[in-house]
Amino acid sequence: VKFIYVLPLGNPDRKLLAGLVPAVWESLRIPVEVRECPIELDPFYDEGRGQYDSTAILQHLKQHPAIAQRLPLLNTRGNAALLAVVPHDLFIPILTFVFGEAELGGTAAVVSYHRLENERYGLPADRELLSRRLQKEALHELGHTLGLLHCPEQACVMRSSTNVDEIDLKGVEFCAECRSDMQKSHPRTGRRGSANP
Amino acid sequence: MNKNAVGILVVDDELIVRDSLTKWFRESGFRTESAENGAAALNKLQAASWNLMLVDIKMPGMDGIELLHRVKELRKDIIIIIITAFASVDTAVKALKEGAHDYITKPIDPDYLDHLVEKALSQQELAMENIKLKNVVSELSTGGELIGESPEMVTAMELVRTVAPADTTVMILGESGTGKELVARAIHTQSPRAYFPLVTVNCGAMTETLLESELFGHERGAFTGAQYRRKGKVELADGGTLFLDEVGNIDVKTQMDLLRVIETKQFMRVGGSEIIHSDFRVICATNRDLEKAVREGAFREDLYYRLNVFTIQLPPLRARGIDIARLARHFLEKYATAMNKPVRTFSPEAMYAIKAHDWPGNVRELENAVERAVVVCKGTTIEKEHLPVQTVNSQRNQGRRLDDVERSYIEQILQETGWNVSRAATILDIDRVTLYHKMEKYGLKRGQ
Repeated sequence: VKFIYVLPLGNPDRKLLAGLVPAVWESLRIPVEVRECPIELDPFYDEGRGQYDSTAILQHLKQHPAIAQRLPLLNTRGNAALLAVVPHDLFIPILTFVFGEAELGGTAAVVSYHRLENERYGLPADRELLSRRLQKEALHELGHTLGLLHCPEQACVMRSSTNVDEIDLKGVEFCAECRSDMQKSHPRTGRRGSANP
Repeated sequence: MNKNAVGILVVDDELIVRDSLTKWFRESGFRTESAENGAAALNKLQAASWNLMLVDIKMPGMDGIELLHRVKELRKDIIIIIITAFASVDTAVKALKEGAHDYITKPIDPDYLDHLVEKALSQQELAMENIKLKNVVSELSTGGELIGESPEMVTAMELVRTVAPADTTVMILGESGTGKELVARAIHTQSPRAYFPLVTVNCGAMTETLLESELFGHERGAFTGAQYRRKGKVELADGGTLFLDEVGNIDVKTQMDLLRVIETKQFMRVGGSEIIHSDFRVICATNRDLEKAVREGAFREDLYYRLNVFTIQLPPLRARGIDIARLARHFLEKYATAMNKPVRTFSPEAMYAIKAHDWPGNVRELENAVERAVVVCKGTTIEKEHLPVQTVNSQRNQGRRLDDVERSYIEQILQETGWNVSRAATILDIDRVTLYHKMEKYGLKRGQ
């Protein structure tokens, strides 16, 4: 993967995205850029659940002509990865919710910060904490697109987390083993010494 | 847990559910597949090994409960978690009664799902580990290689079962190589002390001072070279069993110390002043005639009576004619497996030679002979030439005393090794000190 596109969908908080881009670059050392794309999320809204279907969103992103036009590098498999960031609550049909979803070893991932907000749990808002949680979940989903599986290391960002406490407990970095696995299949990741173009 | 080795099978008629769940578990590194109905699931069950199944209760044709019933008939150990569209106490109770591990309702809380699966798999791992350990304990408690159907061996094994649960001191008598240590292990593992250590001391292999230090331990600086405090075997056997092999070779001074510690269960480390308590059972073994040693004053009478509470006499292999072939086949299988060789059987000539041999080194000699034969055998059948026993010597040894046979066998091995004591001791599977004792006993010297 030579490039990561961050795609805001459903009008997410731009300040959060502004914090996310350098964090992804810092961790993966793959150029990251925010690209706007006029994709509506309404078709993926499930009225009965009041949530958006993440699997359907991922499928749609892969087939949408606007994506192919605006994110040309995605057309060549292995050249770029796409991370959609949404403010809405996501689900996959069998589960009550997901923080995000990714194509394992593929090109697209989607992450939501809806359930990462403290307010959802009756706690006072904490922007810094929210930003950190989003960075972790974004890197986690991008890790899956780069072929990584869940990691048993407590501090590794690839550790599976199904609640915010678990997200807070894990680190924002990939552990040495995950980093090594990632570099085997994607040698350009994690190289130091240059700035995000 | 090596998740890659753990298989999860998702059974649901809805494609989206199958895809979602297989993807969910695959991301965690599990080997995951799905089946769209009960019949497909049963086919997958035959084709691969699965640890856990997530089964939708409502499917066309065979429903989840029936599938659960069928799977449990085939594989009791598979964890089955039932997925149901709505919580129904009746269905849940029915599923649990049929052997389901748990049930979950759609849509599933991912937090609950992950923890439920992880906990179920951990329990399964523990259960499997428990079965493995039970098998190991069972093998040990039945004596492992204490194999035999001859009346002498059956009697000996019956005595083992009788004496094991009691805390009595046991004396095991028998020639070298008859399996005295195996019997000691069998007694220990069938005793209430089984979960504490079995500590073996080879009394014949040590000098007086070394044995004292080995038994009772020593304090730092107790003698030259004692740089650290060291616990002795008596202390290490606390709660368990102390097995004194070749007890007849203990010197008189250590006999006195040993008697005291057996009676009081208290002792001091060499060079120390602290009184140490140790609760242990004593099993001892010897191939010496201890009664004769007592009469000659070489062995303390009081210690002899303290040790000789319950005696188990192990027969020599030549007295267990019907066991020889079975033991030989057992060792063949053991070493062929260990060496990963395709050796399966003995030729009739080889088996005849085995049965005709006297086996003065008893089971140990037979085991060594078969091990060697497996090493040199290139095919699937051990021939007579592969065995280190080439001559039928039963006639040669007929009417000879055991000591004579032992002397002649040791002499033969010493000659074969050019009187290299270390090599001869290795072949005879005894330590060098014991071999020196025996050479001295039989007056065996190079150049005679």
